[in-house]
Amino acid sequence: MFERGIAHMTASQIRAIILEVIGQILPDEDLSKLKGDVRIRDQVEMDSMDFLDIIMELRKRYGIEVPEEDYMKLATLDSCVAYLEPRMAHL
Amino acid sequence: MTDRDRIVITGIGLASPNGNNLAEFRNNLINGKSGIRKFNVRYMGDIIAGVCDFDPQKYQKKKDIRRGTRAGSTSIYCCQEAVADAKLDLNSVDKSRIGIFIGITEHGNVDTEKQIYEISQFNYDTKFVSHHYNPRIVANNPAGEVTLNMGITGPHYTLGAACAGGNLGLIQGYQMLLLDQVDVALGGGVSETIHAFGAFASFRSEGALASHEDPEKACRPFDKDRNGVVVSEGGCIFVLERLEAALARSAKIYGEVVGYAINSDALDFILPNSEGQARCMSLALKKAGLSPENISLISTHATGTPQGDPQECKAIRQVFGDCRHTYINNTKCMIGHAMGAAAALELAGNLPSFEDHVVHPTINVDNLDPDCAFENLVINRSKRVDKIDYILKNAFGMLGINSTVIIKRFDG
Repeated sequence: MFERGIAHMTASQIRAIILEVIGQILPDEDLSKLKGDVRIRDQVEMDSMDFLDIIMELRKRYGIEVPEEDYMKLATLDSCVAYLEPRMAHL
Repeated sequence: MTDRDRIVITGIGLASPNGNNLAEFRNNLINGKSGIRKFNVRYMGDIIAGVCDFDPQKYQKKKDIRRGTRAGSTSIYCCQEAVADAKLDLNSVDKSRIGIFIGITEHGNVDTEKQIYEISQFNYDTKFVSHHYNPRIVANNPAGEVTLNMGITGPHYTLGAACAGGNLGLIQGYQMLLLDQVDVALGGGVSETIHAFGAFASFRSEGALASHEDPEKACRPFDKDRNGVVVSEGGCIFVLERLEAALARSAKIYGEVVGYAINSDALDFILPNSEGQARCMSLALKKAGLSPENISLISTHATGTPQGDPQECKAIRQVFGDCRHTYINNTKCMIGHAMGAAAALELAGNLPSFEDHVVHPTINVDNLDPDCAFENLVINRSKRVDKIDYILKNAFGMLGINSTVIIKRFDG
């Protein structure tokens, strides 16, 4: 999905990564119609433990630490991309 | 004794290495079909084990399977199958009066090993320990996952009893019905132990892990060439009800629980002892008001270790003499040692003999050990018998825990 050597990840690549992570955490959900500007938890069955799975996957895969006070910034797909874009720029 | 004080088995749900329901399991046992194969174990490679292939998605979402444990999925599968088999409509029963009592040998090792492996990939930094770890490893997990899945709000817990666990789950269900704490008890045992390397490695260090070039011949209780335990996963849950309730809803009755006993050797961490086992069987007979000659079939615990099998045989001889009236068999030879699930699975596999009048064989007995020889030991081929009145199920475990359950045929 993402090839090393590219200068930095694009917003669409980050969005695809987030969708892939959510797909792994919520394997029963159809994510194809997920709207970018609506809270993810309002569109799919996702509780706080699932959300912590996203945080853990970002930590494991990319070494990204999301402090608890920033959790609200990951509420929608669009806000996830906006939040992660600068933090994934070095990858 | 009134029908309210009599407890019967009205449903069976199981997952075994050679069957995912009672009919399939029973058929394979009668035909001597083994479910033992090679299984890849982390750090150890291919090990001989009993592996189940039931479909957890039959009753769980993928997310819940991912979030929970293998023991939880096995428990859910077995409880759902047992309730369906009992034709019990959960919407017509008070779910706060259903209890779940599941025997385990151990719980939590699988996920502990997984977590340690996981953080080893990150230089043992503990911030990579999953937030799912605690709810997965609490000892009530296998029973608790069932409550979430089935919306059951009565008591739920596991009973840690080494390899006697399966008997203890059934006994606890029986007792809770008699204490009027529940109206329906889901009792039995589960094991996920094969998904951790620890049990295999420790048995190997004890010199008690079975080896054979043919996995299906590795577990060989009572045979001279037996060389240890084949560890298996699995589960078996019984629906237990008062006879009064079972009759009122015209339920199929597999048998009546008439006797049980649990005691301790107080002698050794690992080694079994025939004296304690004999006392346990005698206590169960006394509770049932039976004489040894009343027992039609003994479903043995024997695991295929050189030391263990003769101890049980000695205990049986002490209580039953030459067993002229009693058949003896063993189920582990075909499914391995399903640990916490073993007793429940092995009892379930024999209960149909009340109706089909067949005693399933003990396979892999090529050279019967004289110390384990009984005239009525059913070896290598099924035996058709006139009738089975009472089945006695033994299950023993480490730290010298012994358990015996006696089930009576129900004639209406």
